Amino acid sequence: MKVYADNAATTKISDTAFNAMLPYFKEMYGNPSSLYTLGQKSQEALCSARETMAKYLNCDMKEITFTSGGSEADNQAILTGAYLGEKQGKKHIISSAFEHHAVLHTLKKLEKQGFEVTLLPVHEDGFVRPEELKDAIRSDTALVTIMYANNEIGTVQPIRELGAVCREKGVLFHTDAVQAAGHIKIDVKADNINMLSMSAHKFHGPKGVGMLYAKKGINLYTLIEGGAQERGKRAGTENVPAIMGMAAAFEESCKNLEKNFEYVKGLRDKVAAELSKIPHSKINGDITKGLAGTLNMCFEGIEGESLLLLLDDRGISASSGSACTSGSLDPSHVLLSLGLPHEVAHGSLRISLSEYNNEEDVAHIIKNVPEVVAYLRSMSPVWKDLTEGKKQYVIQ
Amino acid sequence: MLYSEKVMDHFRNPRNLGTIDDADAIGEVGNAKCGDIMKMYLKIKDGIITDVKFNTFGCGSAIATSSMATEMIKGKPVTEALKLSNKAVVEALDGLPAHKIHCSVLAEEAVKAALFDYYQKHPELEKPEGLSDCAACSGGCCSCH
Ligand SMILES: Cc1ncc(COP(=O)(O)O)c(C=O)c1O
Ligand SMILES: [Zn+2]
Repeated sequence: MKVYADNAATTKISDTAFNAMLPYFKEMYGNPSSLYTLGQKSQEALCSARETMAKYLNCDMKEITFTSGGSEADNQAILTGAYLGEKQGKKHIISSAFEHHAVLHTLKKLEKQGFEVTLLPVHEDGFVRPEELKDAIRSDTALVTIMYANNEIGTVQPIRELGAVCREKGVLFHTDAVQAAGHIKIDVKADNINMLSMSAHKFHGPKGVGMLYAKKGINLYTLIEGGAQERGKRAGTENVPAIMGMAAAFEESCKNLEKNFEYVKGLRDKVAAELSKIPHSKINGDITKGLAGTLNMCFEGIEGESLLLLLDDRGISASSGSACTSGSLDPSHVLLSLGLPHEVAHGSLRISLSEYNNEEDVAHIIKNVPEVVAYLRSMSPVWKDLTEGKKQYVIQ
Repeated sequence: MLYSEKVMDHFRNPRNLGTIDDADAIGEVGNAKCGDIMKMYLKIKDGIITDVKFNTFGCGSAIATSSMATEMIKGKPVTEALKLSNKAVVEALDGLPAHKIHCSVLAEEAVKAALFDYYQKHPELEKPEGLSDCAACSGGCCSCH
């Protein structure tokens, strides 16, 4: 039995999205910049995709720039905010401790260029506090960038409140909505968002395509120079099939938002309840205020990569924040930002479900995870020390 | 795939897994902060490692190298076990990804730490060449730096 439980990493493309892409490979393959009919058909397709995205985000289609995905959109938004601020002598940026590397590494780059970065804490529950943002904003703050929902633990940030703080203080506000888009309702106006990044492959669209929303009046910094595509803000012949797939996937997701959320949350909550019965385990972040499908847990006394490999042997695809799965010596910065000690963060497991999962999948997960955890504990010298009282449990 | 067939075989079916209650020597290296801990138990008779068992907290490569290292020293004279290198263990496993080599260092260190323990307990025995000075390891593990 195969259970795909890593939907926060990427998702299976939906039939709707897949079928929406097909005509643009072999029939309407014209370059949208060409003036003959075949090209103009592609241009019209792009236009309709832009309309769809705008409709469900509650923005104008001119405010949308198609990109190669979430990382590019994050890079472009942050550099835009930074350089616009710099022109006014503002070189301070506020973000959070548990952003995606697409954000954190861009901020690192800006630090080398003389920008100052403040990373707000996310506390044990996994949320940025609007009051703390308010206190952190300075007269030279150019940009605030805080993710809509976290990719490892799923906590959904109080974006509307954070956006309101920024609006009140007159600071640009960007949010990385890669995990949120297509999963929870986003309204860029009501949410007080100035820039927003998203990526199609997280909501059953194709990989390698995403978009950046930038409110009218924000002059985007161009990452890729060349032709006049995307109003000169993102050169390169548009990936028409992918963009069509993204729009179809987004529309489908938005139309089924509440239904999917309830269904997926039902499955996830069952998994959470059962796996919480494993002794000395803990759920990371407050999932009652999180995405429907994401569940991140730590099991004391074991290491995440071996857990993933054994689950893979049993047909379950999941992920972990252990150091050995990241290729670095440290476990996930997200888990550390919650205040978890290294040794506990190594034993983490992220299960992320979608509407393509079912009760059978849940049954398979809740049967196998406890077995594998018990097996790994049986061979763990750490677990032995814990059970023999030579070491204190971190998770009670 | 991330790992060779051999690595996966030793990971899935670890040899000499377990503990020895009346072990003649025990070596523990690594620490949980780094994500890998290995504990090795030895039975030694007349300078020969007659039995060996291990427990490991760690990733796939840490478990596989522990398993392989125990196979490579079982039945061998102590003097030969002391020569076991991390490189030899990795080669016996048909290699490891570059970023995983650090996880394999522990196997060599665990053997050395166990043998160090043995000679600590037996001051009457002549210490063989190559015996580590550091009680925990040969210096490469997390607890040493
Ligand atoms: C929160 C978040 N931001 C950004 C990205 C990067 O998106 P992409 O893979 O489309 O570049 C991801 C996905 O990995 C993500 O989860
Ligand atoms: Zn490792």
